[in-house]
Amino acid sequence: MEQLLALFSDYTFQIVALGTGFLGLLSGVVGTYATLRKESLLGDALSHAALPGIALAFLLIGKKDLVYLLGGALISGLIATALIQWISKKSTVKFDNALSVVLSSFFGLGLVLLTHIQGLENANQAGLEKFIYGQASSMLLSDVQLLLAVGAGILVLVLLLWKELKVFAFDPVFTQTLGFQTRILQFILSAMIILTVIFGLESVGVILMSALLIGPAVAARQWSDRLGVVLILAGLFGMVSGVAGTFISSIGRQIPTGPTIVLVLSLIVMISLIFSPKRGLIIRWVNQRRKKKAYIKQIEEKQERSEKYAR
Amino acid sequence: MLVEIYLIAVVVALACSLPGVFLVLRGSTMLSDAITHTVLLGIVLAFFVVNDLNSPFLIVGATLVGVLTVWLIETLQHTKLLSNDSAIGIVFPLFFSIAIILITRYAGNVHLDADSVLMGELAFAPFRRMTLFGMDFGPKVLWSMLIILIINVLFITFFYKELKITTFDPGLAAALGFSPVFLHYALMTLVSLTAVGAYDSVGSILVVGFMVGPALTGYLLTHRLKRMILITLITAVFNSLVGVKAAFVLDTSIAGMIAVVTGITCLLAFLFSPSKGSIQAIRNRWKQRKNLKKQAASSHIKS
Repeated sequence: MEQLLALFSDYTFQIVALGTGFLGLLSGVVGTYATLRKESLLGDALSHAALPGIALAFLLIGKKDLVYLLGGALISGLIATALIQWISKKSTVKFDNALSVVLSSFFGLGLVLLTHIQGLENANQAGLEKFIYGQASSMLLSDVQLLLAVGAGILVLVLLLWKELKVFAFDPVFTQTLGFQTRILQFILSAMIILTVIFGLESVGVILMSALLIGPAVAARQWSDRLGVVLILAGLFGMVSGVAGTFISSIGRQIPTGPTIVLVLSLIVMISLIFSPKRGLIIRWVNQRRKKKAYIKQIEEKQERSEKYAR
Repeated sequence: MLVEIYLIAVVVALACSLPGVFLVLRGSTMLSDAITHTVLLGIVLAFFVVNDLNSPFLIVGATLVGVLTVWLIETLQHTKLLSNDSAIGIVFPLFFSIAIILITRYAGNVHLDADSVLMGELAFAPFRRMTLFGMDFGPKVLWSMLIILIINVLFITFFYKELKITTFDPGLAAALGFSPVFLHYALMTLVSLTAVGAYDSVGSILVVGFMVGPALTGYLLTHRLKRMILITLITAVFNSLVGVKAAFVLDTSIAGMIAVVTGITCLLAFLFSPSKGSIQAIRNRWKQRKNLKKQAASSHIKS
């Protein structure tokens, strides 16, 4: 117990838990829109596509300043999104195929640049690879402050554009007929996803970021049919898994934070899929059995009646 | 040494691009992205059982986990509780996380780190030699990938019509008595086998590019399956040769360079393809606009 108290008052733990918790909240909210637009894998592609941007930004300024690196990631992420949308809209190429080609060639470019950087005589370069796996424990107060500022901006934007984003998420064509600029909305949504993803890169890494976008949204979707409730729940689930993952990885020895967060999140998703009172697997099974029984009863009654009639 | 790197690159590219053709046509390339990540868990688990990084059981275990991934994703998709791509995005990070946790906790002192699995380095591939009876038979990866390439070629030649019909019209295939499910899983087994074989030379993230890129180039350039396979193979060879050369000139990651070249050829095909290219589409639109104007003018004159 004392150990726990000591942990909670630990400065590093507070910072990291605050960072991952807020990141979880943010990706829960943004991820809900992404999954509603059926673009949840875009997050996965973007997190890979951010790598060349990070490497290029480092090459240009020569030091590891988080703001510039994230700026580079933002730009290469936007380019990748535009490419994916362009290819899949202007040709018969399927969205998935465009996604995987862009993802791997951008990641390849990132590796090429990183290898080049490693060959340079620059002492600053060490640690750029941490963007691939993420290293939550190395979060600094300034990083968390930046995350809080940008994240709060995104949340305010979501509130301000509430009805626009809502109608766009469910029916983009209808949105256009209402006179909203769908292109601008698409851009805002993409930018929000990219910003969230690149903040996640630092703490959970390229590969696990997609889980953080999709997981909370899917889990929250099982408990409600209303967008507002789903958003709040998704944010909550994301936050809980962020904090719980950080907690578990700090009490155990040699447990990486990012993967632990994903494990906790997957547990929440599984519980939601199985136990949700409206759509869950258990309630579905019960309903099916009930229906089957009712149906058998119906048939039996019919049989009885026809037998009576025959007599 | 140099020749060996070229050879390995070409063989890996060929082996990957063949199943890629059918992945692209089925639009299930992100499934292969998931597989390439989850085979890491298979490698780790199999390693804990046999305790030998060179054991062939590693390949078997990893392939099994790859197929298990596909099965789990599809089971989730069938519940209709979440969309298809969400199912992919939930399953593979979970498997991957378990793998990373296992590696950091229990395999810290073995040469088994996520780095080498994810990013691989072709330049180091020739260092692992195949020695039989004290004789040197070239790099190990070359042999394993050659075997995988042969398996892929055999599968596709033997099941060509089955693959074709299940890809383009699964309903008809089922009605005719072919099993789309069986072929789907057979294809996915091949994909995971290829991904496992290629991971330590190419790295599992770039395997996706090796699988999808050439096939997508082929898809953009033709409407016929046989021709598409041919173009895919040619593109795969071209990409790997140019990529390796460029990597040597610029002194950088070989697999990364091949992935970049793959992306570029794909983009070129997308722009300049005579039938499906976007420049052609723009030209067609211009022509149509002109024709329409002409028609409108002539109908005015007539009236």
